[in-house]
Amino acid sequence: MALISAINPLLTAGWQTGGHEWRMEKDAGWRLKDYEARGGYKALRKIINDKLTQDDVIGEVKKSALRGRGGAGFPTGLKWGFMPKAAPVKYIVCNTDEGEPGTFKDRDLLRYDPHSVIEGMIIAGYAVGAALGYNYIHGEIYEIYQRFEEALDEARAAGYLGGNILGSGFNFDLFAHQGWGAYICGEESALLESIEGKKGQPRFKPPFPANVGLYGKPTTINNTESFAAIPFIFNIGGENYLNLGKPNNGGTKLYSVSGHVNRPGNYEVPMGTPFATLLEMAGGMRGGRKLKAVIPGGSSAPVLPAEIMMDCTMDYDSLAKAGSMLGSGAVIVMDETVCMVKALERLSYFYFEESCGQCTPCREGTGWLYRIVHRIEHGQGRADDLELLNSLTENIMGRTICALGDAAALPVRSFTKHFKSEFEYHIEHKKCLVPPDVQYEGSKIYVRPSAC
Amino acid sequence: MLSEDALKKIDREVAKYPADQKQSAVMAALVIAQDEKGWLDRETIGDVADYLGMAQIAAYEVATFYNMYDLAPVGKHKLTVCTNLPCALSGGVHAADYLKKKLGIDFNETTPDGMFTLKEGECLGACGDAPVLLVNNKRMCCFMTPEEIDKLIAECK
Repeated sequence: MALISAINPLLTAGWQTGGHEWRMEKDAGWRLKDYEARGGYKALRKIINDKLTQDDVIGEVKKSALRGRGGAGFPTGLKWGFMPKAAPVKYIVCNTDEGEPGTFKDRDLLRYDPHSVIEGMIIAGYAVGAALGYNYIHGEIYEIYQRFEEALDEARAAGYLGGNILGSGFNFDLFAHQGWGAYICGEESALLESIEGKKGQPRFKPPFPANVGLYGKPTTINNTESFAAIPFIFNIGGENYLNLGKPNNGGTKLYSVSGHVNRPGNYEVPMGTPFATLLEMAGGMRGGRKLKAVIPGGSSAPVLPAEIMMDCTMDYDSLAKAGSMLGSGAVIVMDETVCMVKALERLSYFYFEESCGQCTPCREGTGWLYRIVHRIEHGQGRADDLELLNSLTENIMGRTICALGDAAALPVRSFTKHFKSEFEYHIEHKKCLVPPDVQYEGSKIYVRPSAC
Repeated sequence: MLSEDALKKIDREVAKYPADQKQSAVMAALVIAQDEKGWLDRETIGDVADYLGMAQIAAYEVATFYNMYDLAPVGKHKLTVCTNLPCALSGGVHAADYLKKKLGIDFNETTPDGMFTLKEGECLGACGDAPVLLVNNKRMCCFMTPEEIDKLIAECK
């Protein structure tokens, strides 16, 4: 870790100990002068001074094996390479519509290190030949949106944004767009619709945004954390970045650890770090209780029982092999006091509430899923409900325009698969295996002492 | 009609987008209008649409699609508590229960004096800081223990 600490601005800034401590001690470091003092905008200067071509820049990102940090894990360099060279108008868009339950890394990135995202977006603009960009920020974090706008003003005043950046002849400007409460806008095409001032309903793909994106023009859209990694990649070199992680899983990753741990927060570790290590960094299990289950990649990722999870490393390939996914890196930790039916009920309600209503299987199916899990939880489950849930998920998955339908179905399938006996007990005995007062006590208000 | 001040704020938003894409500013413009009027009635939504040169129905679609636009009057302080799973594991439900008891109202209700409206929120994107609540859509309060909730309510009164 020492090597990484020495070269990674995020880690040296205190990420390895979790966002909370850093905020308490170091929340003065987000301004331009602080960012420059820790090597900020050096990557952009180097690219411009060395007159790197667009292909050079994209090639370096490809070498890093950076994969999209928003959830899908698509190789970032490859995505940039899809942008048509000849198109006269192109856009860069950053997806900070972070509303996937469990995920809170981009909020901290913009709060503590907004200029790393700005620099990454400028470099992306340079690489694909775009002159304008937008950062779409989750409506619920308005204070962060305001800070990001301040950071943009600083960057503009310093000549990093606007016309003829650093005397290069390259023009790029960047603005913040606020969301206002719609989970679906985290889906890239819904997000583009939303920037256009419409309901955030996903578009059919293809065409993909690289061909027909914002205002119908070629658009590169990446997650906040992906953009934030770009300056770092150029500072240490693509190959070195790759080597921080493991093959096909380059670099480091921010994990948002929430739930029953002693120190919830953001932790940046190399790709491929054992889950057990991450759990230890997050202070271990709260109250020394026993780990029951983990959702390793945000609420849409299939849940894994403790015994499978403890053998996993935190990277795209290991979690895929275990039957789940890395997703956004949101690790939701649940201990033995959790009723899995109740946990699933809450998640199912979320997808029911947030379905945009465009596709029938999702609009109707999410309601069905919620109502059935709700009745099982409330002692009205029927003998064939698990079968019904299974057939419902089959009728949703793969039959909708975007992935929200699948995202609603995957938790249902994984919860009922790995914790089937708990669901059966509920249906048969009309109550939970875990007594309600134990559940309530186990999830009471917990604020770790150093947080306030 | 919206005030000069509000229109000026909307102009600043419009300037972020290409000249022929004024509609892109509708989300921000509706927020500005909501801040000024307290909530969005049809007339206000229509005014925003007219100002941006878009169809009124298109602005109404936006106002009804996104959760944080208030299409009916709310209390002076709208408190939105996240009870989604990650927050619930660290007391989100307990914090909501405490607020319900303290204010004497349930979710989606307003206190008789019109001071507080309580809402159940979906993920606010701050799960590590649970319990979390939003005050009037814009101010996020983290680590909301009963003591912190008491302080907040006292401050609002």
